[in-house]
Amino acid sequence: MNSDESALQLRGLTKRFDRLAVDALDLTIRTGEFYALLGPNGAGKTTTLRMVAGLLRPDAGTVSVLGIDALNDPVAAKQITAWVSDEPMIYDKLTPLEYLEFVAGLWGIDPAVSEPSARDLLASLGLEPHLHERCEGFSKGMRQKVALAGALVHDPRLIILDEPLTGLDAVSARHVKGLLGERVRAGCTVIMTTHILEVAERMADRIGVIASGRLVAEGTLAELRQQNGKNDTSLEDMFIALVDTEAAAA
Amino acid sequence: MTTSALTWFARHEIRLAWREWLAMMTAGRRGRDRIAIIGLIVLAVFLHLPAYAVIGRFADLQAPLDKSSLIVITATIFLAWALMLSQAIESVTRVFYARADLDLIMSSPVTLANVFSVRIAAIALSVTAMALLLSTPFVDVLVIGGGIRWFAVYGVVIAIGLSAAAVAIAVTILLFRSIGPSRTRLVAQILAAIIGAGFVIALQIAAILSYGTLSRFSVLTSDKAAAFAPDADNIVWWPARAALGDGEALLLLLAGGLVLLGAVMVVFSARFADTAISASANAIPARRDSRTKAFRAGSRQQALRRKEFVLLRRDPWLVSQSLMQLLYLVPPALMLWRSFADSSAAIVLITPVMVMAAGQLAGGLAWLTISGEDAADLVATAPLPSSRVIRAKIEVVLIAIAVLFAPLVIALMFASPLQAAITAAGIITAAATATAIQLWFRVQARRSQFRRRQTSSRLATFAEAFSSIGWAATAALALAISLAALVSGLLTAAIVAATWTISPRRG
Repeated sequence: MNSDESALQLRGLTKRFDRLAVDALDLTIRTGEFYALLGPNGAGKTTTLRMVAGLLRPDAGTVSVLGIDALNDPVAAKQITAWVSDEPMIYDKLTPLEYLEFVAGLWGIDPAVSEPSARDLLASLGLEPHLHERCEGFSKGMRQKVALAGALVHDPRLIILDEPLTGLDAVSARHVKGLLGERVRAGCTVIMTTHILEVAERMADRIGVIASGRLVAEGTLAELRQQNGKNDTSLEDMFIALVDTEAAAA
Repeated sequence: MTTSALTWFARHEIRLAWREWLAMMTAGRRGRDRIAIIGLIVLAVFLHLPAYAVIGRFADLQAPLDKSSLIVITATIFLAWALMLSQAIESVTRVFYARADLDLIMSSPVTLANVFSVRIAAIALSVTAMALLLSTPFVDVLVIGGGIRWFAVYGVVIAIGLSAAAVAIAVTILLFRSIGPSRTRLVAQILAAIIGAGFVIALQIAAILSYGTLSRFSVLTSDKAAAFAPDADNIVWWPARAALGDGEALLLLLAGGLVLLGAVMVVFSARFADTAISASANAIPARRDSRTKAFRAGSRQQALRRKEFVLLRRDPWLVSQSLMQLLYLVPPALMLWRSFADSSAAIVLITPVMVMAAGQLAGGLAWLTISGEDAADLVATAPLPSSRVIRAKIEVVLIAIAVLFAPLVIALMFASPLQAAITAAGIITAAATATAIQLWFRVQARRSQFRRRQTSSRLATFAEAFSSIGWAATAALALAISLAALVSGLLTAAIVAATWTISPRRG
């Protein structure tokens, strides 16, 4: 695969804090793919995604977003990327509609396009009755949905989500999964970390397992089963086996 | 609940209060406890100098006092009480909203009234302890200069600390009952912010209206005040008499404080539980902003500026801070207005007050816009360079300062164009300096942490205060002595340069 076909290409991505968090990571995600990045706590998932989103500068390596060198031209890469973290960062004193107006303005989207899009997004996430309410009284799930709507309002081509389903009830989680599925079908690429393995199992085209900052397994669910040598095993069993093996090796 | 359990809970409360205080002193950074304590001791020693300057000449005072002296001492004690009340209201609000242990306590098999009585006592204790600490340099100066009888001042501090805590609890709970939990938070914050300043400002206003001066002592020591004051044996003078070493008055004052606190415990400890429950359960009611306008077009910086202005407008802390600043501006504005009628030389005093207020307000605004970014990740992942984000935020601060101070400068222009020009230059310089300091020391924080912004960097706080004072002095001196203004300006610039040199953002 060449870099033109990939939505995201990481080569030798390295980040060290007190210890090595991401260790010369190579990763390629295809355009229009739903990719789930799994790993135990402290494996380096969030650090990797924060480097892709431009929130952290890597110590070494390259990041290419749809052919754009994100380290040399971060503004161009950010224009087509969206980032949603597990802790929704929104403004308490703005209403959801005001928040989306701000995000659209920040991405330079024509209001004639962004306003209907914002209303549709908020409606599809069940937030229509709360359009003009300030976010300060919202539950964590509602805040997460506002943050997700904000990430989608500028129509990104690469969506990076770090534990987006944390704190969502079953109905809200289904809304979010539905919305992400629609985006993937429309050609958008999604990379998501999650501890809910059932979501990865059901939604992801491919799954990557990261441990100690390195990719220890990657493929479709069937490929992972094949690598594991057991065709009837669950993702959870495979994940635990992989992580245990990696921990023993470390 | 047994006595031992109550004692255990009291120890728990004191430990929490101590750690909260320590976290405030050390900005929550571990391993800085010793530095904070050494810093406090150094500060306490240093405070003896201003304490001597302010209070040293009163050390020889002996009872019986004339009415003017009684008025001055009583007013000073009342001011201290107002400041303690302000701090206590803030503490009570924090206990209602910020303590994460209310669910645990209320789900435990204890008698809530007893537990909350202990909590009320702990609030009173922490307010009083802080007041005792701050009053120590002043008492030392009085004891050294006038003898051990002045130790009685500690008793007065304890008595007014207890009564201030009691009144704060009663006021806050009554506010809860009358206007609901969410409004109480805002109203209590504003009350706490303006109570301390209100008394001084009211005296200044009276001084300007009666004597054309900003000195509040001219009112307190005036014949008119003495004529209105009650007789020397009136209850009003008990605090002053107690401070001078009158044992009977001191005992009565202490008993009064204890009775008041006990009454508040009896009446409000049961309601304290209800109030805490409603504060935690009734999170924040939905506030609707019925804007039907369409999304507005504009550049990315315009979007940022619009967002900042909306957030500033809706920020309760900022509202209370701005109210404070505006309150401080009332006396100079009043002087300005009077100066149109008679050409008093006292009008010169307006310039430093305005410059100082602009610097302080700009520092707060700059912290809110630059450091207090609630969606830092969103802004950092937006497709525009961080320099443009920062520029938009600085523009917001400077525009806000311009809007607030321009009317006063324009009014001043009619009285004295030269003074107006110097004041405007001082305001711009002080605001720009305070903003720059906040930029150099910026940290990522939630807007709700605004109250503790001073603790994130002591250095930034001191630099901001010293530069505001420096530019205010420079502007005032520029109106009278050019050479002195030059020296003051250079010194202030040197402070700013030194701050830049040691700031974490240098380079």
